[in-house]
Amino acid sequence: MAEVKGFVKNIGWPRIIIAIFLLSLFIVAPIFGVRVDTSIHDVIVRFGMNAIMVLSMIPMIQSGCGLNFGIPVGLVAGMLGAVISIEFNLTGLSGILVAMVIGVAFAALFGFLYGLLLNRVKGDEMIIATYVGFSFVFFMNMMWLVLPFKNPASVQGFKGEGLRVTISVEDYWFNIFNNFLKIDITKYLSIPVGMILVFAIMALFVWAFFKTKTGTAITAVGSNPDYARASGISIDKMRTISVMLSTMIAAVGMIVYEQSFGFIQMYNAPSAFAFPSVAAILLGGASVNKASITNVIIGTILFQGILTMTPSVINSAINIDVSEIIRIVVSNGMIVYALTRKGK
Amino acid sequence: MSETEALLEIKNVGKEYDGNRVLKDINFTVDKGKIVGLVGENGAGKSTLMNILFGMNVIVETGGYEGEIYFDGKKVNFKDPVDALNAGIGMVHQEFSLIPGFTVAENILLNMEKTQQSVISKVLGKRLDTIDLPSIHESARSAIDKLGVQLDSQSLVSEMPVGHKQFIEIAREINREKVKLIILDEPTAVLTETEADILLKSMRRLADMGVSIIFISHRLREITEVSDKIVVLRDGQVVVETPAEGVDIGQVAKWMVGRDVDTENIKTSKVDKIENKEIIMEVKNLWVDMPGETVKDVSLKIHQGEILGIGGLAGQGKLGIPNGIMGLFPSGGEIIFEGKSLPLNNTLEAQKNGISFVSEDRRGVGLLLDESIDWNITFNAMQIQERFIKPYLGGLIKFRDDKAMKECADKYIDELEIRCINEKQLARNLSGGNQQKVCLAKAFAMNPRLLFVSEPTRGIDIGAKRLVLNALEKYNEENNTTIVIISSELEELRSISDRVAIVCEGKIFGILPPDAPVEKFGLLMSGIHTKEEGEK
Amino acid sequence: MKNFDRKKLNRLLTGSVVPLMFLIISLIAIPISKFTGVYLADQIVTRLVRNSFLVLSLLLPIMAGMGINFGMTLGAMAGQIGLIFINDWGIKGAPGLILAAIVSTPIAILLGYFGGKVLNRAKGREMITSMMLGLFISGIYQFFLLYLCGSVIPFKNPGLLLSRGYGVRNALNLITAKGFDSLLLIKIGGVNIPVGTFLIIGLICLFTVWFKNTKLGHDMRAVGQDMSVSGSAGIDVEKTRIQSIIISTVLACYGQIIYLQNIGTLNTYNGADQAALFAAASLLVGGATVAKATISNAIIGTALFHLMFLVMPVAGKYITGQAMIGEYFRMFVSYGVVTLALILHSWKRQKDKEMDRRLDREISSAPK
Repeated sequence: MAEVKGFVKNIGWPRIIIAIFLLSLFIVAPIFGVRVDTSIHDVIVRFGMNAIMVLSMIPMIQSGCGLNFGIPVGLVAGMLGAVISIEFNLTGLSGILVAMVIGVAFAALFGFLYGLLLNRVKGDEMIIATYVGFSFVFFMNMMWLVLPFKNPASVQGFKGEGLRVTISVEDYWFNIFNNFLKIDITKYLSIPVGMILVFAIMALFVWAFFKTKTGTAITAVGSNPDYARASGISIDKMRTISVMLSTMIAAVGMIVYEQSFGFIQMYNAPSAFAFPSVAAILLGGASVNKASITNVIIGTILFQGILTMTPSVINSAINIDVSEIIRIVVSNGMIVYALTRKGK
Repeated sequence: MSETEALLEIKNVGKEYDGNRVLKDINFTVDKGKIVGLVGENGAGKSTLMNILFGMNVIVETGGYEGEIYFDGKKVNFKDPVDALNAGIGMVHQEFSLIPGFTVAENILLNMEKTQQSVISKVLGKRLDTIDLPSIHESARSAIDKLGVQLDSQSLVSEMPVGHKQFIEIAREINREKVKLIILDEPTAVLTETEADILLKSMRRLADMGVSIIFISHRLREITEVSDKIVVLRDGQVVVETPAEGVDIGQVAKWMVGRDVDTENIKTSKVDKIENKEIIMEVKNLWVDMPGETVKDVSLKIHQGEILGIGGLAGQGKLGIPNGIMGLFPSGGEIIFEGKSLPLNNTLEAQKNGISFVSEDRRGVGLLLDESIDWNITFNAMQIQERFIKPYLGGLIKFRDDKAMKECADKYIDELEIRCINEKQLARNLSGGNQQKVCLAKAFAMNPRLLFVSEPTRGIDIGAKRLVLNALEKYNEENNTTIVIISSELEELRSISDRVAIVCEGKIFGILPPDAPVEKFGLLMSGIHTKEEGEK
Repeated sequence: MKNFDRKKLNRLLTGSVVPLMFLIISLIAIPISKFTGVYLADQIVTRLVRNSFLVLSLLLPIMAGMGINFGMTLGAMAGQIGLIFINDWGIKGAPGLILAAIVSTPIAILLGYFGGKVLNRAKGREMITSMMLGLFISGIYQFFLLYLCGSVIPFKNPGLLLSRGYGVRNALNLITAKGFDSLLLIKIGGVNIPVGTFLIIGLICLFTVWFKNTKLGHDMRAVGQDMSVSGSAGIDVEKTRIQSIIISTVLACYGQIIYLQNIGTLNTYNGADQAALFAAASLLVGGATVAKATISNAIIGTALFHLMFLVMPVAGKYITGQAMIGEYFRMFVSYGVVTLALILHSWKRQKDKEMDRRLDREISSAPK
């Protein structure tokens, strides 16, 4: 009995409830005529699309900067990479790789500045990150209108200037990772091996990074900054590195998302990713100051599972679309829960 | 004066924390309108006794105390500080507890404000009474007048000098109508000499008005000057309770530190031999801005291969010395290490040069509580000396060498007898003594040429204490590593050190051989120079 | 003494730098926007009527040291629920508004109590927590209105419901529109001045002034500056903090009712979303900080912020020829001003700590 209690305490009630809820959705799905294989397919694809963004939370959490509510900073860098690559009319693999390289370069720059800023506001990182993210999105909105993009595929047709709200990547690199080594299992279930591989490579990179000397130092900074300082480590430098890393991973995540989605969503779109990405890693068992790759994988599957299953199953069951509300309550509720946990 | 009656009577009071006896059979009385000077080293039991008197939660939570306390003729057992306040005991703590953005008056009457009822508050309750500012200022002024000092009740506390803040705290206590006894815990520590003199005069005024005072101070001059009676605590016992008249400072110092020690434990002096050795580090005019442990002007020569003890009372700055040299707090002055100048405020440089530090703040600075033992032990060596790292792809990628880390951790677990499940156990789950051994291992793993060890035995049990000290002694002998050990426990320093330096008020007051007479240590700790100090 | 004066001057300057900056930006943009003075005056008065109450509701939590209460949306939602019920019951005008306030007060108190409890568990990160709490409760609010209203909770007026028979419609015309504004409405040179609403706002200002001088208000200030000192002086810190959030939530609830009666229509599901952002931005534009805010900060800030809000898009359109640029610019400024204020506050707090230490050192090392 004590073991069960310890287990529950370790994982936390919210996670258990949501896992059970998701499992029961899968069990009852066939009863309401929802195909399980379609559902699994959707969950896998959405996992591939979102997991890298969730992964981008790890460096900042590990260095003690908290949850990266400012993820839009990195996402915008990814969008910049994507539209610039399209501007050069690069298609296929070279197109998306160029997008990633440019995106990561911008992310490194943005992340550096963002990191410098967060070093000045220790203790208040999360609320400030949220507002920095939003402000930056609106700043870039003006830039999207003003920057001299010319490619007809991306600018507003009637005026010939200012980027469209959604830019199709159909002719450039649509599904380029999804279709790489794709395995068709049934008519409705295929596995986008390429996209999962991209996530695996990124995850491997993060895992390897935290095995290096610098990665170890970053973990120590997050675990006990005073200890790190007494070991002669520059806390600010380590935090800046972690913020840059988070921002760069987020940029890659944005591009991977876009190639699967088929469109680059411009303007306000990146702000919509902040809370869900934070919620996902928390759902996977991370706390405000400790996170692992396992947290990312479990969290993304659970969160995307809920998003996929509630509209299809519950809607067909009771004819009500509560999925949006469940999304709001689960994601924001999870964040409130994590913020109010005792501890550091 | 035979009419004076006891206001406070402490009878056979004792206290144990988890089987650790800190107070034993305490007896003394405080008479009405008298000042009792309470002296004792750190850990002598002063704060525990005051906590009992003031009904602090720690006492209740750890199972109460033994014996009886009579206050104003009645037997009392305060359950919380509010009880004590209501009975008429006021306490002024060492740390200021003032609201910076409030005026002097608002602070003096914090949560004791005079209020006026209004229609709304009659309906919605007392907390909506309006504050009566004029009468607040009036009471504040009358409290300030009682102290006989100049303070503007209208000015903001944040804009006042430190010295005045102490008076505000005292004014707050005497403003309580029922106050009969005020406990002052090191009130002069932050004051200049003139301010301290004013405070002593104020205390006398209060006493003459009939308020009793328990005055705790390490400045023995003040104690002998102002007290009517002196009570000396040592190792949890009252060793002396005597009228202050005719008592001299040296006498008090001896009472304070002069326990009957088995002389075997004390290292015999070989100061001459030490002082012939070359100097490994010279500290010149060091100041360190460490909160609560400020170092003002320390000059010190450390000799190759010695164990130098640094002692002194808490808050006098002994802890600031290693923390400053290691760059953990802002500092200035000059340090020459092995003939070269060592940059200050640079932790990395200090460590790279072969200086290591075991912090007194084990859990706060010394350990990564949420990481494993092997991480804790090897982290510094990895970050500073690039050890425990394995290069891959021709040095392009450098990974942690988990295997080497385990080997190193296992070696120290074995050597220092660290009790744990294995090297992967989290530091948080170790006992205090074993945590301390991990901290030592971390420093040893760096192979330092100079090792600072700060309060190595604080908060660990006696068995572990001996082990830790032995480990240090052994390391010193085997590797000829110079060790500077900073401790509040004089006996510990005398048992292990080749020389003992005493710090008082941010300065080195003297350096003595470990077998020097005990009262000399006592006098130095109280800031009184003896004729024949060591080097200065 | 000279030093002291300079300090005072500095404080005055830093206090008014932000409002001055906004005034200058707006003054430059006004001629470009080609708005007439009368039109602008009329608009500013309208915005003051609409928004200042909501902005004022932020004052108490700031005083209690909890920063900007982004969770004021909880109160706004309570107010909207009240208004929806009154709309259904068909009570018009000022009586309807007062009844709406009465109905929503218990909801606001309950939500405020819950919010205060949550924030007590998140000391040191109240702002982000209150913001997430607002978003979380908005999910429950939506569930309540979309699925419970009209099904579990009976509605008399089917016109308020979605065509499927339950759930409140996305936009409602309020029958209580202008309920307060039309009381004592006077017109001076083309500028409509709803004296009735201004009286209510004046009342809340008086309340705030009075409240600051009560024991509870005094305790809140103490708790806001130092929780542990207040606690050891015997003030119930947790309770005081909860009370400040409850009062703020209830005021925000009334504020939202006043806001909506002026607008006249209710955007049921995302009407409250931006309430906290705009209120916070207004307050900060008025020269408040995360730790100190006054009534005049709130009123001046509301006027300035909305002046900018009004003028910028149009000016932007004339300059760049793109309508959206001004739109984005004002959103950028809204978020930007809050961001900047938060950064400056946090930075200043760290600098202050260092300054204090340096000051202490100078004093303690001064020759005796």
